[in-house]
Amino acid sequence: MQVHLTLFGQLADITGKTEMILHDIPDTETLIKTLNEMYPPLANAKYAIALNKKVIKGNTILSGDNNIAFLPPFSGG
Amino acid sequence: MSNPSKNDRYQRQISLKELGEIGQQKLKDAKVLVIGAGGLGCPALLYLAGAGVGRIGIVDFDLVTLNNLHRQVLFSVHDIGLSKALRAGDVLEQINSDIEIIVFNEKLSTLNALEIIKGFDIILDGTDNFASRYLINDACVILKKTLVYGAISRFEGQIAVFNHLSETKIAVNYRDLFPLAPADGEVLNCEEAGVIGVLPGIIGTMMANETIKLITGIGNALINRLLTYNSLNNHFFEMELIAMPETVKMIPEDAVAFKEFNYDWFCSVHSAFELSQQEFEEIRNDKNIRFVDVRESGETPKVEDFEHINIPFSRLQQQIPDIDAKTIVLFCQSGKRSAGAAEILSKHFGKSRKIYSLKDGIAGWQKSK
Repeated sequence: MQVHLTLFGQLADITGKTEMILHDIPDTETLIKTLNEMYPPLANAKYAIALNKKVIKGNTILSGDNNIAFLPPFSGG
Repeated sequence: MSNPSKNDRYQRQISLKELGEIGQQKLKDAKVLVIGAGGLGCPALLYLAGAGVGRIGIVDFDLVTLNNLHRQVLFSVHDIGLSKALRAGDVLEQINSDIEIIVFNEKLSTLNALEIIKGFDIILDGTDNFASRYLINDACVILKKTLVYGAISRFEGQIAVFNHLSETKIAVNYRDLFPLAPADGEVLNCEEAGVIGVLPGIIGTMMANETIKLITGIGNALINRLLTYNSLNNHFFEMELIAMPETVKMIPEDAVAFKEFNYDWFCSVHSAFELSQQEFEEIRNDKNIRFVDVRESGETPKVEDFEHINIPFSRLQQQIPDIDAKTIVLFCQSGKRSAGAAEILSKHFGKSRKIYSLKDGIAGWQKSK
């Protein structure tokens, strides 16, 4: 399954990219594992995951359109 | 002041048919608390006072410094060294003397938060650290107050309305989105990461806009939605949030439990240094990491699955051992003593070492194998 990933804040700093296309990703757990292998500091980062602009929790099977976003918390004010 | 002149003050917004005299009266009756009179709080306060919000509270304990002035638009060079809350109150008074301004020149803590927040309907979080953000969220959940959240990081900002019942009677809070605080150093604040003054200006102004919409009932506020704005490419990204059943267990259940909750600890040692079983499993053969058993000698089960040294917690409390590894993982039976040891070592070593404590200890790890 193809995934269009958008990264925000410090996650974009870690990967050096704000957008990414990944292939052969059956579910969100695989997506996280794949990215952690590509960018090890991501493994320690905390973020919320949105699938097609809606927050998801736990492993989610991907099908059809997969616009995924990783959003880290910001603290600045 | 007579009514005609008051109407004159608000004439430009009353003439909006969506707002009108009724909306203006709602603003006059509203009680809004702004926590943090900084980059986000200053613009939010300016517009809320200008719009005629009847009672505005300002919480800040900090003093104005020169490097605040590029973004904290309520202050001038004459204010350097003065209280932000008091100065902000003075400036707002000059802009609109028809409204009531209540200044809390103090640091928000679990001891005063509920008392302060109780007197207001809508709370704006413009603070600059996670401990305050979790504290404010939890206090708003306990007191059932609407929370207008804004936060920034470098060139990006987030805005959301939390803890406000949607039409379908769902109220998402900050912990539904981010249950646990990030590790120390994982997310940089403005001081460390830098910020252009305009960004908190935009986000703080949007917070005021959400507040005015909530009060007057016009438009669609960001209830249970998070909006992210990127000032470099002007991209807006909006997403729908969901309430999680487990969130309620993380929030102190009442005022007594809230007062006893240590938010500084929750946002530093607890989250910064706790290592899950899975994370531990992945790194336990890493030769660059020093693993330390802090149990007393003779405690079982004996650990033989990975290389480690023994420094009993009782000894560690008396004398800090010299550990040269950059990353140290502490473990004990249940994870309690190792968390205490992590706190002691992190105070001693500061940011020169990464110190972790194995969550649920050796007992939890053996069970998970």
